[in-house]
Amino acid sequence: MSGSPGKRIVAGVPSLWLLALFAIPFLIVLKISFSEVRLAMPPYSPLLENGRLQPHLSNYAFLFTDPLYVRSLLYSLKVAAVSTLLCILIGYPMAYAIARSGATARNALLMMIVLPFWTSFLLRVYAWMGLLKNDGVINNVLMYLGLIHRPLVLLNTDFAVYIGIVYSYLPFMILPLYANLEKHDVTLLEAAADLGAHPFAVFRRITLPLSLPGIAAGSLLVFIPAVGEYIIPSLLGRSDQLMIGRVLSDEFFENRDWPVASAVAILMLLLLVVPIMLLQRVERRTLEAAK
Amino acid sequence: MSSAARPQSEECYVRIAGVSKRFGDFMAVDEVSLDVRRGEIFCLLGGSGSGKTTLLRMLAGFETPSAGTIHIDGQDMSAVPPYQRPVNMMFQSYALFPHMTVEKNVAFGLEQENLDRTQIRRRVGEMLEIVKMGAFTARKPHQLSGGQRQRVALARALVKRPKLLLLDEPLAALDRKLREHTQFELLNIQKQLGVTFMVVTHDQEEAMTLATRMGVMNHGKIVQVGTPTDIYESPATRFVADFIGSVNLFEGEVLEGMPAGVRSSELGAVTPVARGVAVTSGATAWVALRPEKIRIGKAPPQADEPGVRGRVTEVAYLGDLSVYLVRIESGRVLRVTRPNVIRAPEDRIAGGEEVYLSWHASSALVLTQ
Amino acid sequence: MRSPGIVPRTALVCGLIFLYVPILSLIVFSFNNSRLVTVWDAARSPTLRWYGELLANAQILGAAGLSIRIAAISACGAVVLGTLAGVTLARFGPFRGRTLLLGMTTAPLVMPEVITGLSLLLLFVALEQVIGWPRGRGMLTITLAHVTFSMAYVTVVVQSRLAGFDESLEEAAMDLGARPLKVFLRITLPLIAPALLSGWLLAFTLSWDDLVISQFVAGPGSSTLPMVIFSKVRLGVSPDVNALATLMVLLVSTGIAVASVWMRFQSRRRARDLQLAAAANV
Repeated sequence: MSGSPGKRIVAGVPSLWLLALFAIPFLIVLKISFSEVRLAMPPYSPLLENGRLQPHLSNYAFLFTDPLYVRSLLYSLKVAAVSTLLCILIGYPMAYAIARSGATARNALLMMIVLPFWTSFLLRVYAWMGLLKNDGVINNVLMYLGLIHRPLVLLNTDFAVYIGIVYSYLPFMILPLYANLEKHDVTLLEAAADLGAHPFAVFRRITLPLSLPGIAAGSLLVFIPAVGEYIIPSLLGRSDQLMIGRVLSDEFFENRDWPVASAVAILMLLLLVVPIMLLQRVERRTLEAAK
Repeated sequence: MSSAARPQSEECYVRIAGVSKRFGDFMAVDEVSLDVRRGEIFCLLGGSGSGKTTLLRMLAGFETPSAGTIHIDGQDMSAVPPYQRPVNMMFQSYALFPHMTVEKNVAFGLEQENLDRTQIRRRVGEMLEIVKMGAFTARKPHQLSGGQRQRVALARALVKRPKLLLLDEPLAALDRKLREHTQFELLNIQKQLGVTFMVVTHDQEEAMTLATRMGVMNHGKIVQVGTPTDIYESPATRFVADFIGSVNLFEGEVLEGMPAGVRSSELGAVTPVARGVAVTSGATAWVALRPEKIRIGKAPPQADEPGVRGRVTEVAYLGDLSVYLVRIESGRVLRVTRPNVIRAPEDRIAGGEEVYLSWHASSALVLTQ
Repeated sequence: MRSPGIVPRTALVCGLIFLYVPILSLIVFSFNNSRLVTVWDAARSPTLRWYGELLANAQILGAAGLSIRIAAISACGAVVLGTLAGVTLARFGPFRGRTLLLGMTTAPLVMPEVITGLSLLLLFVALEQVIGWPRGRGMLTITLAHVTFSMAYVTVVVQSRLAGFDESLEEAAMDLGARPLKVFLRITLPLIAPALLSGWLLAFTLSWDDLVISQFVAGPGSSTLPMVIFSKVRLGVSPDVNALATLMVLLVSTGIAVASVWMRFQSRRRARDLQLAAAANV
């Protein structure tokens, strides 16, 4: 029945929309990354000048010669990786605890995990400003308790960024992990225990391997957006070492250099294309296993 | 439809001709040809994976045959989608629309025919009375028990007066007592309305009770078609003999003669081949003997009846009948059943006793496949 | 279910504390009569002063109004497009271009917002150059951008709901004579309505909360609430933002509480019906 006009409309409308507003824009970014910055509106040179293709590789050259950019990229990867690891370490036990709870408790707990997600991302990051700054809650409490005598510098540090990312993205780690762990057959684990396996061995040899797809999905759902994060490094991060999301934004808004910003975007995309495809593969496998 | 064809379509209402269905490498239905007559109840019996459900879905229009044609009342169904076929289906899970009341569920099909409200309501009311669900019109499916839901599903499928009603394992979800009761209700309703039924089931008892004719399916092929009596008493192959009820099978060799016979070393005697069964001299054949056809007793039988001697190894008392496992001279263990006619029979047979088994000459059947 | 060990349970409690302490601190300090926000002024607190200032702030109110309008419109658009895409992916089987559609509906879920924002702005600029539309950037471009990334989320919600949907219901409806469109409208749609509602709420929240993409595609005079808040808090903490945060948390919590009470009520009623039906004889 493929090709019936009704089906074509149903499939076609969203496809065309996404092609026009999601896929094609990337091509435009690619094109502009090969342009030169101009003092004009729009502030870049057209690709076809005098009827000939004029790609300028200067933007890419610039990105690789000026150490700022490569350093930012590596810094972003590092921050994203560390945050992902922290999310796994914190989120896994939480997801495990929820999955092993009774039915009513589970629903309540899931709701409590998800509720912060429905309140504003921006405002929750802002909340950490209030907690981490020199006269913020944490410092006040520690000084009140007499544990420190001068405020700790917590805001505008790497530490603050890690906290911010972990805090904001933790539900993205917990939910796929929970979805995976919840499907584990408890009788399997009981059988293993019955055969004499110590609880930790049961975990290491049965639960952990089976939960790997959940860990993979959660990690990618945290890592990929974390690399390009803008809000958290803007409000909580260092000013001497920027993450690549801020670099792109600054290039665009402060320097009005659209071509370089585009080149940065293309580099980010190239970097993230492999993780994105990995994520899609993990999700497809999970879907097939569920059938 | 020429007039020359009409007498045939009167007889054969549904014609399935050479239908096959392939899923990738797997042949779910393998060149099945079948005729269903108007007004009969035809049962497709088979285990899981036999292809019966796939065949049913092709009749309903949810699968298209990879080969072959399906004609219903003379009309070729190849290009006809399910919503335009004169066929309705009662699903195994009943598939009642959970967000609609009983009345709206049953009315749904009629609404697609653009009938007016009063007519719809009348026909819905009539059909619900027939299935004895008239008092439940305002209930929603989750407020009904399993048996009640089944009756609503039946009403919903019948209210459109289809030429063919397909039933997918209609009694599978019901418990034992309910099943028997429902079997007879189904028969009644079918007789009352005269609709042609096609039932798919894996339960022999269901098939034997409901069917006017039945077909046994295995690995996508139809192995035998006939009335329940035909299938049971004259199975065409060992598979059918073993699939329906239980059977004792003996391998043997075909001997020439008038009539030809099969000699089985285990049985000792030569079993005559019934008229109409084609045998090749010297070929392997099997003798089939059903447990209830074997007489078991402690006294030696009449001289002219075939029989063997043996020792009882197990006795199972099932209330209405007893099952005996008897080891005969060749070492084989035969299964024999005997109804417990008398409450305390004098010749009660216990394990370990020596017994004589005998059967009527016509009870032993020769099978060539 | 076996109960979890002591380690996971401690982690869960600590994790929940970690999740909620920032939110609580936002709320508590919204009543603090001090511009420094986190230095508690015991003499003159608690106070509703910041709520008053908030509600009198025309800029914030205007931005909030704009954000709500954009969120509502884009949520509707996202639901329509996301449902179409979800139905296509869940029901249409393999077809040429399916992988592309699948990729385009899952990539936005993880794509860094700076990239999507930049690419959409460049698209709008190029379009304006070539065909003169859209004229400048403002509410329209923001809405178009929000629909685009929200629909990916709605697609996931709809697709997974349809995957768990009993197909025999749709087959039964077709068997009874209903054409595919009617089957969708009268059978499928009513039964997946809760998923569509949660998709709408999800899209609304994402749009309402979006900062980065809005910054790229907004124009002069079209500042959304997140944009206004961000420009304020870049400079440091501000107590009226705490007040705003408290109001939002209140709103969301009430909504979730109402929803869960409603669902609990529904499931109790259903269980009671099932019991009655089972008790009644056939």
